[in-house]
Amino acid sequence: MDQEFAKGLLERYAFLSSRDSADCLSYFCPTDNLVELASVLRDREGFEMLVDLTALDWGQENSPRFTTLYHFYSLALKTYLRIACDCPSNEEPEVPSLAAVYPAADWHEREVFDMFGITFAGHPNLKRILMWDEYPYHPLRKEFPLAGIETTLPAPDVAEVTEASVEPAPMMGGPFVSPAEGNVSESEPRAKDESWTEEVEKTL
Amino acid sequence: MSSTTVTKEVSVGDVAARGADLSQGPDGERMALNVGPSHPTTHGVLRLIMELDGDLIAKCEPVLGYLHRGDEKIAENMTYNQFVPYTDRLDYIAPLANNVAYVLAVEKLTDIEIPERCQAIRVLVCELARISSHLLGMGVFGMDAGAWTPFMYTFTEREKLYTLFEELTGARFTTSYTRIGGVSRDVPDGWLSRVIKFCDELPKAIDEVEKLLTRNRIFLDRTEDIGVISKEDALAWGITGPNLRASGVDLDLRKDKPYCGYEQYDFDVPIGVKGDCYDRYLVRIEEIRQSIRIVRQVIDNFPGGAWYAEDAKKIFAPPKEKILSSMEELIQNFMIVTEGPQVPPGEVYFEAENPKGILGFYVYSKGGGVPYRLKIRAPSFCNLSILEEMAPGHMLSDITVILGSLDFVMGECDR
Repeated sequence: MDQEFAKGLLERYAFLSSRDSADCLSYFCPTDNLVELASVLRDREGFEMLVDLTALDWGQENSPRFTTLYHFYSLALKTYLRIACDCPSNEEPEVPSLAAVYPAADWHEREVFDMFGITFAGHPNLKRILMWDEYPYHPLRKEFPLAGIETTLPAPDVAEVTEASVEPAPMMGGPFVSPAEGNVSESEPRAKDESWTEEVEKTL
Repeated sequence: MSSTTVTKEVSVGDVAARGADLSQGPDGERMALNVGPSHPTTHGVLRLIMELDGDLIAKCEPVLGYLHRGDEKIAENMTYNQFVPYTDRLDYIAPLANNVAYVLAVEKLTDIEIPERCQAIRVLVCELARISSHLLGMGVFGMDAGAWTPFMYTFTEREKLYTLFEELTGARFTTSYTRIGGVSRDVPDGWLSRVIKFCDELPKAIDEVEKLLTRNRIFLDRTEDIGVISKEDALAWGITGPNLRASGVDLDLRKDKPYCGYEQYDFDVPIGVKGDCYDRYLVRIEEIRQSIRIVRQVIDNFPGGAWYAEDAKKIFAPPKEKILSSMEELIQNFMIVTEGPQVPPGEVYFEAENPKGILGFYVYSKGGGVPYRLKIRAPSFCNLSILEEMAPGHMLSDITVILGSLDFVMGECDR
């Protein structure tokens, strides 16, 4: 069934090009045809649900750098369909929004915008969803460090009094490696004061 | 310049009708109301910014991210097995189901064959997790609607489940039970008979809860025709799980795209009619009963044999007693712990029917022990997205009931 259906899809929508994926039907779609494709998928091909929408970052050195991915599900065919869409620009990646066709895309697109900095043209309310509005970075981009980057506190009134900022996580030399040496106050700078338990070098 | 004045006779009935129909515009001053992020109604750290017209909600904007920990970024920086404990913290009401869904996604990339016993264990823990999640969800839902007592019954039962989980996994809450290619340990002696004992006791407690809620006049008044989600809306907004089925859509991946050998078990999928809060309650209660049916069938035909993929030498670390007694196993364990399970390159999208809805994992692998990209499709995230559309027109006090009936968890919503 899948093969026949796949052949039919490619014939009907000439702008699609096949994409190598082992687990489900997968196609590339140019950005210009994306909204058109989504509407026909919903209205004619029976893909009622946009189950997932995400993006991939191939790193600064690659072009195209960003690819957005859409997973559709059809209740009647009981099958998934994956559409990939390469963003034409690496510096200001933009793809059309599907929020008008599938309302489910609304929050997913906000999340991708938040995490990757890809803008969705025509989105009704494109703003950050997981990070706070003033946050300056896009954390899921490959060049963003795991520990985070120091930023100003989202609450300016608190920051003014405490002079605190959002600090990078203490990594102690590598992701998720706890140091074999060193005492608690060095390895866990935010822990409560445990210095009384630590060995102190005796001065002779 | 002529101006026509439109006059309209206003009767008492009209005023009441105008109050109920927001399309005619507000009658008075609108009030902004902030609920959460730390509020008992919001079941975690969901924040709602609402605009009220009297007691009616005119606008409702959910604000997320208060529990955002960057799980997807963390996943890119650790081996596949190291990420299992992070899946506990997605839907922390049903950690076992998340563990299973995650390893199934990664295993789909590999060609290893999971033995029957391991699959049976996974189905068993998934269904127990579903029971645990629905018990909490419905107990709290009753509490949201003003009924305290059912909560006591469901929590007593849930406590028994946690004792069983502790016996199986070593932890009550954050179980981290599965590994790529198997589970962390086999079922303990006599554990299955204790699960059966629990299955004998549970229906009585569910009956009690139903006696207290299902035909309760106050509960009916608070939930019937409140928070109605139509079939079309539910599909368009990507609602899944019991919330989708309450709206009358027959989508249960355990039936439609069976995984883990679900096709061998005989169970029914409850479907709602109206898609209101009451239907969502009924569907979940029935799902608990169906889950008990599945658990009994699994235990009746519990397969013997290996409980992990023995021939997956580069993926599953063998049990400790083998590591300490044989050289080859020692090396195998060392490689898996330091380099991670070796997964071939490729991409995969896998969804599992979790208690809260469809939990999906998209894994992109470039080979080796660390994923290049891991995306978590969280059911609570999608289920909550309809709130902005659905809440306006309801009374403020209905929000409590609607949120309770959607049964979401912020851990997986914010990730």
